[in-house]
Amino acid sequence: MKAMTATSGPGISLMLENIGLAVMTEAPCVIVNVMRGGPSTGQPTMGAQSDVMQCRWGAHGDIEIIALAPQSVQECFDLTVHAFNLSEKYRTPVFLLSDANIGHMYEKLEIPAKEEIELVNRKKPSVSPRDYKPYLADETMVPPMACFGDGYRFYSTGLTHNEMGYPDMSVETQDKLVRRLCDKIRVNIDKITMTEEIMTDGCEVLVVAYGVTARSAASAVQMARSEGIKAGLLRLISLWPFPEGKLSDVANDVKGVVVAEMNYGQLVREVERSVKPIPVEFIPKLGENPPSPDEILAKIRRLAQ
Amino acid sequence: MTEHIDHYLADYLRMDRFPHIWCAGCGLGIILKSYVQALYELEYDLDKIVTVSGIGCAGRASGYVNTDAFHTTHGRALPFATGISTSNPDLNPVVISGDGDLFAIGGNHLIHAARRNINLLVICSNNYNYGMTGAQYGPTTPLDMRTPTSPYGNIENPFNLVSLVSSAGATMVSRWTVYHVPQLKNSIKRGLQKNGFSFIEVLSPCTTGYGRLNKLSPIDMMRDLKETCKIRKVHPTEATIEPGKEVIIGDFVDVERPTYSDVLDQVSRRASN
Repeated sequence: MKAMTATSGPGISLMLENIGLAVMTEAPCVIVNVMRGGPSTGQPTMGAQSDVMQCRWGAHGDIEIIALAPQSVQECFDLTVHAFNLSEKYRTPVFLLSDANIGHMYEKLEIPAKEEIELVNRKKPSVSPRDYKPYLADETMVPPMACFGDGYRFYSTGLTHNEMGYPDMSVETQDKLVRRLCDKIRVNIDKITMTEEIMTDGCEVLVVAYGVTARSAASAVQMARSEGIKAGLLRLISLWPFPEGKLSDVANDVKGVVVAEMNYGQLVREVERSVKPIPVEFIPKLGENPPSPDEILAKIRRLAQ
Repeated sequence: MTEHIDHYLADYLRMDRFPHIWCAGCGLGIILKSYVQALYELEYDLDKIVTVSGIGCAGRASGYVNTDAFHTTHGRALPFATGISTSNPDLNPVVISGDGDLFAIGGNHLIHAARRNINLLVICSNNYNYGMTGAQYGPTTPLDMRTPTSPYGNIENPFNLVSLVSSAGATMVSRWTVYHVPQLKNSIKRGLQKNGFSFIEVLSPCTTGYGRLNKLSPIDMMRDLKETCKIRKVHPTEATIEPGKEVIIGDFVDVERPTYSDVLDQVSRRASN
């Protein structure tokens, strides 16, 4: 059984405790957050990208999370399938961080034939129920997962647990467990990272954007190029784990970086950390609409000078 | 770790996890024993049981039973059990949790699971307080009783659990105590066999918290269960729990109604035709 839930920010706020439980018990699941403006009830049905940090840090404790950000209706489909595959592979909750603008969009969608869709299923235990240790991981750091009812009779708890799944409050077990839960994502950052590069070869000004904002940014980059400014776009498809390495590679020789997002400063801080000391211009956009191509173009022009 | 213990219930328990964490005089051990004894007497297929619990002292029960088991978040045992029951109707979830977990933070889930008639059994240990966190008063604390958060006596009217669950639509509702062990065990056996939402409230002493603050010794608390609890057939609304008054225990509801999974199955067939 694979499970998915879909909501917006206030719904996620209510679910955070159990998202932490899913991380701790390594329960694969997909969580769709069609972001709207906050805080609190904020702007129901109006777009925002302001839950990027809630997604990353909302659940208490040390966690790593995977989040994907679609920019089109087609990607909503494709990345949902991919989110399931990642959640099964790494036994972790995976967010599909969309926004109300994409959520309300009508667009052409091609649904591939069933047999063309790649599906990943969680690793099942190969040992007998007697020898099964539900939280004993192999070199992939991801333990095989039995199903309730398969006869493995395992116990799962949100408490710190040992390889048997039993509560164990020792320093050693906490250290070992939390490191494994985080590291199984961290060491695979390059495999999980998904980006799209538009005209980044030899670019002088790099725009970083995701979700609906990336559509506006792609237009801005085209407009800049037609003015003779060497602009490029790095579209982040996966937001978490943050593709730090990829970004610093692409931004290596640029004069400056423009970050556009529909919030008052969230992912921009990750970008600043990754590209230091390259200057970063930020376009915060609050309330329903992404920044226009003209707004982004103005920043590109300034950095190109 | 114990290698092998020759006991007729050893296969029903995770023997390597004992001793349990519960205080001397706590009723949870008796509830756990009654549960596994019921499974034993029914020769129940343990691969078909999922023991689910929330948080608190009673929440630890799921960790001692040799079934698939899930120790969930505070108050959320029923949503997880609902998911298990509806995604795989061959499985029988048994929720063992406390009054605070099930009726305070989890109250909403409980009434809706009863309303939907999810096929599962709830064994609710009612010790009248939040034992694990320091014996604070909760939704079942009787009026006037002392807790650290009601040092001059509780001013809130408690829930009558059997009345609440009956009105929410449960198909089996009983109340027993950890003094009435054979009746409790038989009730659990009926609940395990019942096709529908079954609820058993078990009055159980919290000696360390509630008992100590109200100057009740473990013996007093067990004697109270023996002397003040009367087995009688009354309407659930009459079965209130008030200090110094007799407490009605026994069976309150036993009716048949299609379960959520039954109806879902019918609708799925109709939809796919």
